[in-house]
This record gives sequence, structure tokens and C-alpha cells, in this order.
Amino acid sequence: MTATATRPAPPRRPHARPRGISRQTREMWLLMLPALVPVLLFSVGPLLYGIALAFTDARNTRNHETSFVGLENLTELLTAEDFWSSFRIGAIWSVSVTVLQFLAALGLALLLNENLRFRGVARVLAVVPWAMPPVVIGLMWKLVYHPDAGILNALLGTHINWLADFSLALPAIIVVGVWTGMPQTTVVLLAGLQGIPRELYEAGEVDGATRWRRFWNITLPQLRPVIVAITSLDFVWNINQFGLVYVLTQGGPGGQTRLPMLFAYEEAFRYRFAGYASMLGLAMAIVVLAVLGLYLWRQLRETR
Amino acid sequence: MRRFSQYAALAAYVVFLAFPLLWLLSTALKTPQEMALADPTWIPREPTLSNFTDAFGEQDLVGAAARSLGVALAASLITVLISLPAAYAIARYRGLVNKIAIGWVLVSQVFPFILIIIPLFMILRDLDLVNTLPGLVVVHVTFTLPFALWMLQGYVRAVPRELEEAAAVDGASRLRSIASVVAPLLAPGVVATLLFAFISSWNEFMFALVILQNPDVMTLPLTLVRFTGPEGVARLGPLAAASLMATIPSLIFFSIIQRRLKSGLMAGAVKG
Repeated sequence: MTATATRPAPPRRPHARPRGISRQTREMWLLMLPALVPVLLFSVGPLLYGIALAFTDARNTRNHETSFVGLENLTELLTAEDFWSSFRIGAIWSVSVTVLQFLAALGLALLLNENLRFRGVARVLAVVPWAMPPVVIGLMWKLVYHPDAGILNALLGTHINWLADFSLALPAIIVVGVWTGMPQTTVVLLAGLQGIPRELYEAGEVDGATRWRRFWNITLPQLRPVIVAITSLDFVWNINQFGLVYVLTQGGPGGQTRLPMLFAYEEAFRYRFAGYASMLGLAMAIVVLAVLGLYLWRQLRETR
Repeated sequence: MRRFSQYAALAAYVVFLAFPLLWLLSTALKTPQEMALADPTWIPREPTLSNFTDAFGEQDLVGAAARSLGVALAASLITVLISLPAAYAIARYRGLVNKIAIGWVLVSQVFPFILIIIPLFMILRDLDLVNTLPGLVVVHVTFTLPFALWMLQGYVRAVPRELEEAAAVDGASRLRSIASVVAPLLAPGVVATLLFAFISSWNEFMFALVILQNPDVMTLPLTLVRFTGPEGVARLGPLAAASLMATIPSLIFFSIIQRRLKSGLMAGAVKG
């Protein structure tokens, strides 16, 4: 405020009307209104309502007297073994999918950035998973993993029920997660690679830097902002994942793939504990924001 | 030697990306008799298209596809209609609203859907919109809107303001200048946004699962998931065929924007 006051007033645009600002503002709000109303009613409103529900004993049924219970849902959540096992599974899932996705996508992006033949085929294939409905991806992998009619058992000569096996189900869905999310990450990283000025590499070559050194000292540091952005987004998407895993395993066997969102869904819509499930959602949101904040803060500090 | 290892790595990626797709295709082309055999093979012995015709014969699937089409058409049209003016406002007037809109796009990514879907379900129930297609349309519009808005304001920004001002100098009213100058330039962007909104709605599963519990009103993704039933091998062929057909709209969308992807995000890959 004070800063603007000391600065000389900018010259008025010649055709600016004297009361232009208020009219402009009115016009702007009028244009925003049709979009604003549904967003407020069906998105911002419910979000605030959901946060409030987390502190009540609301049931997802008609005719239930809801009352305020303070932090009761939170204490119940933190003492529930179900929650911790789901939380652990969610952490394993989101961290491993994000990391594997990133490594696989970085490798593919580097290859696609090279002048290789058949690169076109790989480039088209790399976008296909992106174009598929998540439900179809889930069903397709169910066919791959199918105990009797699946190709995986046929190739390996095994008779494993991959998605129903206690120790194999989680790794099996992690593979699907990586397959599904790789395209976006690859496209973003490839765009980042192409934004690196070629002069840097030429200078590196003049200095006699090996390929590996050039990757380590030029490519990675130059790519860093892109890497931070896409891994953060991937992490958020992965920890909030629901549909893909619901189609594949519905959280089974015995809860071995029950990600936090599946746990919350069951609590809210099978057992109808709306307040409890909302607290779960709120807790997850806080965890995600904390992890993200820490990660971004560390990355920013290191680049300064 | 390096070239060789690069090609080997590229081949490994191609195999990993392609093999589930090929298996889906292979399953879709197999007869029920072959599906029941103990040793599944890559190439169908007697490739058949009967699974595709069978899928069309399934009342459930056809009805669900029609409902999905209706929901996606309604949701995408409404989304674009209401976000177009807002996109124009965001692109042309700077200020607080601008930042709030962008902030909301980000926030809506971070917050888990469960936090919104529970109260939303309660609100829709009180409005008697649960188990109805209009209820789903409302939800799809609301959740496609932030990104559609984001896309559209970018397209509006790309239309030079000078063009509008020139029209104003020529004596055109504001509305006329928008209709005759901005709108034609904006058309490709509007089409892209429409397609995006259509695909988002056509593919959407999570909200549909919560809002539509009655099989008679379920959309295609829900019906596909229920289709297999208790792991019956005989129905896997038609399921694979139907899944492939459910992917067609997205494939059309991606082949249309492929050029944009190539020239934009994937540009420059043609160096060397």
C-alpha cells in the first residue's frame, strides 16, 4: 500500500472512463457468475461442509441427529488398527508408484529425446495409457493377471492368482499404477529435456565431459524444476488414487491393497460413518499438504 | 554398443507398454471355447468379431453407453457454456479473482475426493438428485470446470487484445466485437475444451459409483465393472470387446489433439 503511494501515479490511458474501474469490476463479476455459482454450491461449499463433518458423529443416513463430538473421530482413527494398516499401504503405494513412475519416465524421455529409429512407435505407445478410461485400464490388467485366462501365468508357466495373493497383490497393482501414470510424466519430462539450451551440452562436450557427467551436471540440474513439479503432482494423484484400485481388487485380499481412499469410501458408503470418514479425508489432506510442503521447501532451499 | 543398448531399452519399453493392450485385443477376438482352454495363447486360433456383436446385444451395455453419451454431452456443453464468460473475464481483467481461480484449480487437486463426495452426496440426496443422471451431470460440470476454465482462459489470452480494440475503434459494440472478432479465433480452443470435458465425463468412475447405485441408471464405466460378475471366463471376450469400444471416444480425442501434442509438448523431438 505505502509502496504504491510513493510511486508516481501511472499516466491514465487516454480512453479510460472516469468510473471505469467499478464498471469493469461489475462486468467481471457478471461474467464470472455462471461458473461461480456451481463451484460454490457443489465444490467449495461441500469441501467446507466436509471439514465440519469431520468433527461430528454424522451418519450417512436420513433421520440421524448429528451432534458435535470434537476430536473424537480423530482419536478413534488414530487408535484403529485398520486405519494404520491402510495408511501404511497407502504410503508404500504412493511412494513406490511415484518413484518408479519417475525413474521409468525419465529413462523413456531420455530415449525419446535421442535420434533413434522406431522412436515414433514408442512415442505413440507412451501416450496411449493416457487416452484410456481408468476403468478400462483396470479391466485390461485384470485380464493380464487372470488366474486361468491371463497371459502372465501362461508366459511364466505358473498358476498364481495375482490379485488375490496376500503378498503379491500390492506389487501387482503398483505395476499397473506405474503403467498408468508413466505417459504424463514422460511427456512432461520430455518437454523439460527439450527446453534445455543445446549450448550447455556443446560447452560440456568442448570441456571433454563424459556423457554421464553431462547428464549429472547439466541435464539433471536443468530439469530440476520440472522434476519437482511432476513428482509432487504424481504423489498427490497417487495417494488420492481410488478408481483404478477399486476396479482391480476392491481393496482385497483381506485389505492388502486397501488404500486410504478405499478405506474412507467403505466407511462412508458401506458402513455410513460420514463423520468418521470425513475425518479420515481431512487427516489425509493434512498429511499430503505436510509431505508436499516439506518436499517443496527442501527443494527450494537447495536450489537457492 | 551404446546405440545397441539404447535400442534394447527402447524395445523393453515398447513391450511393457504394448503387451497389456495386445492382450486386451487378443481376448476380444477369441471365441468362448478358446477362452475356456487351459493354455491361453497370444494369437487367437479362430479370430472372431462375435464378441463385439455380442456386446452390442447386451441390453445393459448399450443402455449404459447411451446414458454415458447423454451425460457426457450435457456435461461438456454446460461446462463450456458457463466457463466461457468466466474465462474471458479472467483473461481480460487482471486482479484478485484471477489468483483465486488459479488457487482453486490447485486446491481441488490436493484435497482428497472423499472430503467433498460425502457432503455432496448428502446435498444431492436432499435435492432428490441421487440415482439420477442430472445429478451426475451437475457433479461432472463442477469438477471439470476448473480445468476447462484454465484451458479456455489460455485460448482467450492468445487472441490479441488489439484486435478487439481495433473493432471498437471501428465502432463495433463490445458484444459485436466479441461475436465477430474473438469468437471465430476462439473456436478451435472451444472445440478442444468441449472434447476434454466430454472425455472427462465419459471416463469418470468415482463420482458415478457414489451417486448412481441403481443398475438401471448406471453409466458405462460402472456397467463394465459389474459386467464380469463372479469371474466367469465366458464373459471375458465380450467384456474385452466392450472395453475397447469404450476407449474409442478418447482415442478420437487424442488423435485430434495429437498434432497439438506433437507441435507443443513433444516438439523438438525431431532434432538430429
